[in-house]
Amino acid sequence: MSKEYETVIGLEVHVELATKTKIFCGCSTAFGAEPNAHTCPVCTGMPGSLPVLNKQVVEYAMAVGIATNCDITQYSKFDRKNYFYPDNPQNYQISQLYLPICRNGYVEINGENGKKKVGIHEIHMEEDAGKLIHSEWDDCSMVDYNRSGVPLIEIVSEPDMRSADEVIAYLEKLRLIIQYLGASDCKLNEGSMRADVNLSVREVGAEKFGTRTEMKNLNSFKAIARAIENERQRQIDLIEDGEAVVQETRRWDDNKEYSYAMRSKEDAQDYRYFPEPDLVPIVISDEWIEQVKARQPELRDEKMTRYEADYKIPAYDADIITSSKKMADIFEEAVADGANPKKVSNYLMGETMRLLKDKSMDPDDITFSPANLAALIKLIDAGTINSSVAKEVFEKIFEEDIDPEKYVEENGLKMDNDEDGLRGIIEQVVADNPQSVQDYHNGKEKAIGFLVGQTMKATKGKANPGIINKILKELL
Amino acid sequence: MSLLDYTATQLAEKIKNHEVSVLDAVNAVLEQIDSKEDTYNCYVTVDREGALKKAEEVQKKIDSGELTGPLAGVPVAIKDNMCTEGLLTTCSSKILGNFVPTYTSEAVINLEKAGAVIIGKTNMDEFAMGSTTETSAYGPTKNPRNPEHVPGGSSGGSAAAVAANECFYALGSDTGGSIRQPAGYCGVVGMKPTYSTVSRYGLIAYGSSLDQIGPLCKDVKDCATILETIASYDPKDSTSVKRDDTDFTSALVDDVKGMKIGIPRDYLGEGLDSEVKDAILKAADVLKSKGAIVEEFDLGLVEYAIPAYYTIAAAEASSNLERFDGIKYGYRTEEYTDLHNMYKKTRSEGFGPEVKRRIMLGSFVLSSGYYDAYYLKALRVKALIKKAFDDAFAKYDVILGPVAPTTAPKLGESLSDPIKMYLGDIYTISINLAGLPGICLPCGVDSKGLPIGLQLIGDCFKEKNIIQTAYAYEQARGDIIKEG
Repeated sequence: MSKEYETVIGLEVHVELATKTKIFCGCSTAFGAEPNAHTCPVCTGMPGSLPVLNKQVVEYAMAVGIATNCDITQYSKFDRKNYFYPDNPQNYQISQLYLPICRNGYVEINGENGKKKVGIHEIHMEEDAGKLIHSEWDDCSMVDYNRSGVPLIEIVSEPDMRSADEVIAYLEKLRLIIQYLGASDCKLNEGSMRADVNLSVREVGAEKFGTRTEMKNLNSFKAIARAIENERQRQIDLIEDGEAVVQETRRWDDNKEYSYAMRSKEDAQDYRYFPEPDLVPIVISDEWIEQVKARQPELRDEKMTRYEADYKIPAYDADIITSSKKMADIFEEAVADGANPKKVSNYLMGETMRLLKDKSMDPDDITFSPANLAALIKLIDAGTINSSVAKEVFEKIFEEDIDPEKYVEENGLKMDNDEDGLRGIIEQVVADNPQSVQDYHNGKEKAIGFLVGQTMKATKGKANPGIINKILKELL
Repeated sequence: MSLLDYTATQLAEKIKNHEVSVLDAVNAVLEQIDSKEDTYNCYVTVDREGALKKAEEVQKKIDSGELTGPLAGVPVAIKDNMCTEGLLTTCSSKILGNFVPTYTSEAVINLEKAGAVIIGKTNMDEFAMGSTTETSAYGPTKNPRNPEHVPGGSSGGSAAAVAANECFYALGSDTGGSIRQPAGYCGVVGMKPTYSTVSRYGLIAYGSSLDQIGPLCKDVKDCATILETIASYDPKDSTSVKRDDTDFTSALVDDVKGMKIGIPRDYLGEGLDSEVKDAILKAADVLKSKGAIVEEFDLGLVEYAIPAYYTIAAAEASSNLERFDGIKYGYRTEEYTDLHNMYKKTRSEGFGPEVKRRIMLGSFVLSSGYYDAYYLKALRVKALIKKAFDDAFAKYDVILGPVAPTTAPKLGESLSDPIKMYLGDIYTISINLAGLPGICLPCGVDSKGLPIGLQLIGDCFKEKNIIQTAYAYEQARGDIIKEG
């Protein structure tokens, strides 16, 4: 009889912080510039250059720590992690080992068996490395230091997760917290959020953890879920075959749905960590912590409560809208522009979600302005356009962020309220569809819907449906 | 009296009064370099064209009244571990043999603002690792007092250039005595200020927590003037401190009445040459006769300073020197098979034996399993040494002692026995570990005619005490050194 196994998972999550400048110099963090355009002696490791800590990095790290219930280390230090690689210009990375800025936190997720806490062991600050570009034509490699020195925080969880679903729930939770704080955009596919999965399995009921592996190169939630399932099965197969799991770092290939060993514990590098002598300790006063707390923006749970209370929208709506900072921002701005909250909510949950799904986009990819959505809803409410035209116009807003008033005007989409004009059209429709008229008289209420549809078609969707119904009933 | 015999501040005065032009001064130095450099090898790079061009610019600014400072127009030499934009900066290493920085170090910028004319970059022990300037990849510098002897190190080129009148003053750097010891060997004045006083931005790091830039010059007045000019709070150096007491020339007062001076007995014991000891005690007597209160005391922990220093400095150096890898700048080996082979060959060929020794030592003490036993223990010793000095400065204004156990050794005597060379740093390195200021000035010559250096140590941020004591001593001492 086969044994039952439990999966034990801990995560190391790297998040690129949304500062304007790098962690140890004044260079821009902007993405997409010419190679090495955003560099200086500090972030290219020139001899004699010295790092100076960006205060905003400390404040973002503190903000994330506070939001995840961590203790803030009031005497924190940086350490050097030494390893040779060309993307690392000094051949050491300035990071934190001995005194990380945040420790002992947790976040609450909806786990397999209800609410559960996932512990956060620590959060530390560090610098990102540059990027190597391998030229196939010249048989050489080039290095771009634009990303060298971009600030990161690494969030190290406790081994508290037991399934891929819990891992995704934890990552979603972290991502929303950090996005709401404005500390990062947390895009997995662009690398501003990166997760390494530490996973082991053990027999249900066992006290000791099994030997763990670390999985790298996970670029989407789907990849993470697949990699966890695959690694769990690989380890169980090894154990069932009487073989040992080797402690090692593995790399996930999501196309092949397969992972391979990068390096084992035996050939792990000795990073020779020691305190960074070029930086002074970071002393964080009680007042500073209070200031950061006071500036802490409204997080998701508070927002949900407020939406229900102030905007009178259902909890279901509030949950979906706040599942993305971007959607919540659009909602609030559109409502602030005077649009009806429930109608804004409907447009976000209905049409917006549908279009996102059709186009395989994330809410973060939305480009339309809340003002145009608000204007559209006002046009509907004022009876200027009917709801089917509104859907068409919204697609235009979604795609090109057009001004709905101008668009409706230019394309002649205003609702047709001309009763006399409509009466003629409807008389023609009734004359052309005797079978439907017959059906209606035989008690088939639905037949009227067909006649309304035919009228709409004849008026290119602009007719006021209320007036059509009224005239139809009179004629029939 | 030749123009070259002026001190830096005397020369600036003459230039200000239009008795000497900046160009005259630069030409005199360049001529001296032409006639002496073959013998002494003080410089890695002499920037003839740059200096002549700069002389014109500075002269104009002096004439227009834009530059009025006490160093305006004076030619200076810079140790070759300070970055100078557009001017070769090698650290006397093959690995930086072609390195031309894109920016200038903060201390040098401060000098340039004051109207300094940079003559060139001085020779040193490779990456400031050594006590004789013999580890330079560009040949040893000779002691101008006697060319069969070393000038000391690592700022040997700077000290020798001052002693040989190949410049009017120089900048050096001091991680474990690298300014004070060569000053002592060459019979000039050298000072390391309190850690954090002069910006390290642009100084190619050896031991980051110990490195400080300071002057090498002809007398104490020059020393105070130069230090006042280069000291600055620099936001680019996180370890830089904002001070409002860097008016060091205000301490040039010939008065030591009531100054409490302690001599550590630990500094007078075994290993100290008797001629050096006699000269030091004679200097103490001079100060006593001028009204200072002088007594001997036990400092303690002296024997732990050398192992602690070589652990900490080597650890930091092993990391600081990782950036020299053949990728971005500097030397790269000609032939290689892959990345790691390139790293290995570049660094094996680019670094000299003393640098490799310290990189290996530093990598070892930081490696997993040894970190606590060596590096952390050394940090604790460092803290204890600081405490011992705190206790001493509760009683004394100034600590007085020798700068080195002997006068300058002969060329070739030190390299064969590195431990012996390390032990020669015994009186200087504790001062770096504790971050204290120290000054060295000549106090006599031995029977071979080689200079003997007197070291005065102050509490943190109390440079003025040692400047005042050194100045008063210098006034009483008079001239004792003749050019070799």
